[in-house]
Amino acid sequence: MNVSESSPNPRPHHLIRTYAVVALFIALKAVGNLSLAWGMKHSTHYLEALLDPAVALGVALLILSVLTRMALLSMADLSFVLPVTAIGYVLAAFLGKTFLHETVTPQRWAGTVLIVIGAALVGSTSESTTGDRA
Amino acid sequence: MKWLLVVLMVTATVASDVLQSFEMKRSGEQSVGARGMVRLLRLIAQRRFLILAIGCLAVSFFSFMALVQTEALSFVVPASAASYVFETILARFMLKERVGPRRIAGTLIVLAGVALIGG
Repeated sequence: MNVSESSPNPRPHHLIRTYAVVALFIALKAVGNLSLAWGMKHSTHYLEALLDPAVALGVALLILSVLTRMALLSMADLSFVLPVTAIGYVLAAFLGKTFLHETVTPQRWAGTVLIVIGAALVGSTSESTTGDRA
Repeated sequence: MKWLLVVLMVTATVASDVLQSFEMKRSGEQSVGARGMVRLLRLIAQRRFLILAIGCLAVSFFSFMALVQTEALSFVVPASAASYVFETILARFMLKERVGPRRIAGTLIVLAGVALIGG
């Protein structure tokens, strides 16, 4: 089944499932990166950091995020997944500001707004336009 | 050296994503539960392009790490976003995805946003 990028979605359940996996991937990656950054910032030596529970948790979550993204690529186009998952940059900015007390400049907030707009635009297209999925 | 690492990082990212997408489209829809994850790991072990994709992902990760050690994050993050452009082009011509005006416009807006985040 080949559909154009703007066709009404013929499989609404598939769309909901795809967005659930997008949300899971973004959450795993954001929390994984946060945990990794948290552990790295609290360790004085590189080797010590590798044994830090927060770093270990971060690495485990990031490995899970890679597997989740592979599952996502089995459901949706690469050209859909790339911009839509960039929403993770926005979540990273919020988490960094909230938990790591990082400074988020107005320019960075402007960037996050653009990412949301761009991702919404791509999100309004059909998530899968190739018919060769088994 | 800086630009060599950027080229290596972007090339490895693009290769990894295109290979993953190609193989995952062929494999059928995968789930993300515990069984799905085990099935995915088995799939990775069976498909050579997926193993190659994981290798490319590792090259991309270590190039990124090497770059952030010497260059500002404000340079590395937007530079890494160059992969969006190449991947969208390859998705259109190699993976035969329908990339229309709305998807191109959205991707370019996201690209501008990522560049601003890094700046």
